Amino acid sequence: MSIHATTHSISTTERVRAGVPAVEVRDLRKTFKRRDRKAGRFARKQAWPALHDITFTIARGECVAILGQNGSGKSTLVRLLSTLLIDDGGEARIFGYDAFKEATTIRRLVNRVSVEASFFKKMSAAENLSYAARFYGMTPRQTRTGVPAILEKVGFPSERRGEAMENLSRGMQQKVALARALLTSPVLLLLDEPTTGLDPRSKLEVQDFIRQVRSEHDATILLCTHDMNEAEALADRIGLLDRGRLLFLEPVEDVKRRFGVETLEEAFFAATGREFENETSEEDDEYREVFA
Amino acid sequence: MSEYAIEARNQLVGLFGIVERNVYLTKRYILWDIAFMVWTIANTLTIVFIARAEHVSPGRENTLAMMLLVGATIWAYLGIIFEFMTETVAWERWEGTIEYTFMAPLSRLVHLFGQGAFAVLYGLIRAGILFFAVAAFIGIHAPQANYGAALALLAIASLSFIGVGIMTSVLPLISPEKGAQLGFVCQGVMLVVSGVYYKVTVMPEWMQWISKISPATYVLRGDRAAIIDGTGLAWADVWPLLIIAVVATPLGLAIFRVGERHAKKHGKLKRSG
Repeated sequence: MSIHATTHSISTTERVRAGVPAVEVRDLRKTFKRRDRKAGRFARKQAWPALHDITFTIARGECVAILGQNGSGKSTLVRLLSTLLIDDGGEARIFGYDAFKEATTIRRLVNRVSVEASFFKKMSAAENLSYAARFYGMTPRQTRTGVPAILEKVGFPSERRGEAMENLSRGMQQKVALARALLTSPVLLLLDEPTTGLDPRSKLEVQDFIRQVRSEHDATILLCTHDMNEAEALADRIGLLDRGRLLFLEPVEDVKRRFGVETLEEAFFAATGREFENETSEEDDEYREVFA
Repeated sequence: MSEYAIEARNQLVGLFGIVERNVYLTKRYILWDIAFMVWTIANTLTIVFIARAEHVSPGRENTLAMMLLVGATIWAYLGIIFEFMTETVAWERWEGTIEYTFMAPLSRLVHLFGQGAFAVLYGLIRAGILFFAVAAFIGIHAPQANYGAALALLAIASLSFIGVGIMTSVLPLISPEKGAQLGFVCQGVMLVVSGVYYKVTVMPEWMQWISKISPATYVLRGDRAAIIDGTGLAWADVWPLLIIAVVATPLGLAIFRVGERHAKKHGKLKRSG
């Protein structure tokens, strides 16, 4: 059986326009407002830019990783492309559709896995997946076979399908999150820190599954992560998002060649003048608080 | 099938999904619901016993008790509608699923109506249990009651209640911490001006004017007449409810859209945002 159920509605592939990039982002900006912690409770809110004029393109079928520390703007970018945030300027197109003006069409093309495997905790994996699938037009008859098939595909034990999500480990929950995203046959999969917080074994299983999705499923993948090894292992090209600015987006070998370094950590240092894992200033903490 | 027909089918499946999810959750929390039901019955008894405390003729006492019971039942019913509607956002924020629901291709009207549809079904069951349990406990008689008319009027009024509930459901998007509680403020204000335990005529004139735009006014009046006097559906109660429903639903949806836009602009959909 195919990795995804395609029996519902107009298939997502029918909606995809031929000959256009999967993702086209041009000068995309997003700013949030918040009070400066030091200025007191009644101080006026200040603008905190989360994304500064981001521009990039992803070809259909490509897997692109955006690297960045907590608070760099990765999740903001994913939320903008998922129609969960409204931009403050610029343009984002998904398979040629305007992400902000044609949100309804975009929603049939895109799905997302975030760092938090968010579910109704008292409901089982099968119930949560059925609930999600209904929004995409999948009837009970379709989910009766589709849900067990997708859970089996992600390696979820069949005897635990009816168990409440709150009793499952974090790794199990993340597998169900992947299954939820794939059940709706997205042609663009947005993965926002999908392996953060997982034990090494679960992490490898999820990474293997992402590879499998690429090989079996006609999906374009945008992977946002702060795990450099994961980005290098999975992506065709790697971008570096630092404090809301996209510093580069290139194949990993080109990045290393450009900075004359051996590793992505060294490339980060060469590009920003800072250590990748060593951001502890108060200003960085505030960025994390706002945009994490 | 045309694209429109497919879209309509998908939206109906989505609406079913909302109802189905609430059935799952109600099953999971059934013991809590039973506990809450006991509290509601106890609370209603404290109100209906007031009729016993009045030293009036048995017939008058029975009528007074039924009038209070109808008021308390409508209060409980409306509470369930508003609770479910405000939970549209509040519960999903708490579980963290709201972003997945809001990025799904489900129309907001269908989403909110699905929540309202379950609230009405669930509310009717609970209101029915409450009504007959308290009536049996106190020994209230309604020999002439026209329950069919009372139920039909409540069903018609539910369209208006859902419309108003949609307006309140946006509150947790604006204030994640306190928004849900404001739904109860709305419920209380609506019932106060609608004559929940008294006739509207006892209120100051300005409150009586406000009562005319409250759907609860007509359902309280109509249901009391149907249960105590055995009257049928009165057009005088039905047409204001239909007009309020026609106005309240698009208005509620427009308000929700403004709230949703605000949340998306300022990043407030996220649980901790």
